[in-house]
Amino acid sequence: MLPIVTQISIVFLSLSMFFLLIRLVKGPSMADRVVALDTIGINLIGFIGLLMIMQNTILYAEALLIIAILAFISTLSFAKFLEGGIVIDSGNSD
Amino acid sequence: MIVEILISIFLLLGSGLSLLGSFGILRFPDVYGRLHSATKSATLGVIGILTGTFIYFIAVEGVFAGKILLGILFVFLTAPLAGFMISRTAYRMNVKISDRTVQDDLKKYRENPPEK
Repeated sequence: MLPIVTQISIVFLSLSMFFLLIRLVKGPSMADRVVALDTIGINLIGFIGLLMIMQNTILYAEALLIIAILAFISTLSFAKFLEGGIVIDSGNSD
Repeated sequence: MIVEILISIFLLLGSGLSLLGSFGILRFPDVYGRLHSATKSATLGVIGILTGTFIYFIAVEGVFAGKILLGILFVFLTAPLAGFMISRTAYRMNVKISDRTVQDDLKKYRENPPEK
């Protein structure tokens, strides 16, 4: 039963990544694209969790954490960059 | 057997919520509504999938995978923060609000910003 459920879940996640890809290409503003990219990053974490069940290994946990951290940092820096062009504000730029 | 049913419920709930969240991102009329869908449904979906994975490893394999718990905590902490940052950026970039919006509380601060 568990392999079938895992495959159904992977199909669901792939469909959701497809929807997000449409929004990433179409998005009227830059913020829409950042939302889509952030959610793609979060969905990738779920993909890795399902792959861990399918391949019966625990070694992908590090990749899961690293993708989570990279998605978060990239979303924050995209937001700061779109806001004013200054990613790291040291306070003495002006 | 009962553990398999529990894991299946978590996995299906998680992937279904993720699919619903992405459908919301595709269908909502403006950025702020899309953020509502992205930071609630998609995040909860991934948390469900990771909980299912954690239960699978602790019940079927007999391994306590602390890193998966760490991943759940990290997603739970950072996804709302990222959504908040994107919405603040979108508001400061003057991204248009949908016509069906009834209330915009930040409007008076944007028109005449307070003195620093």
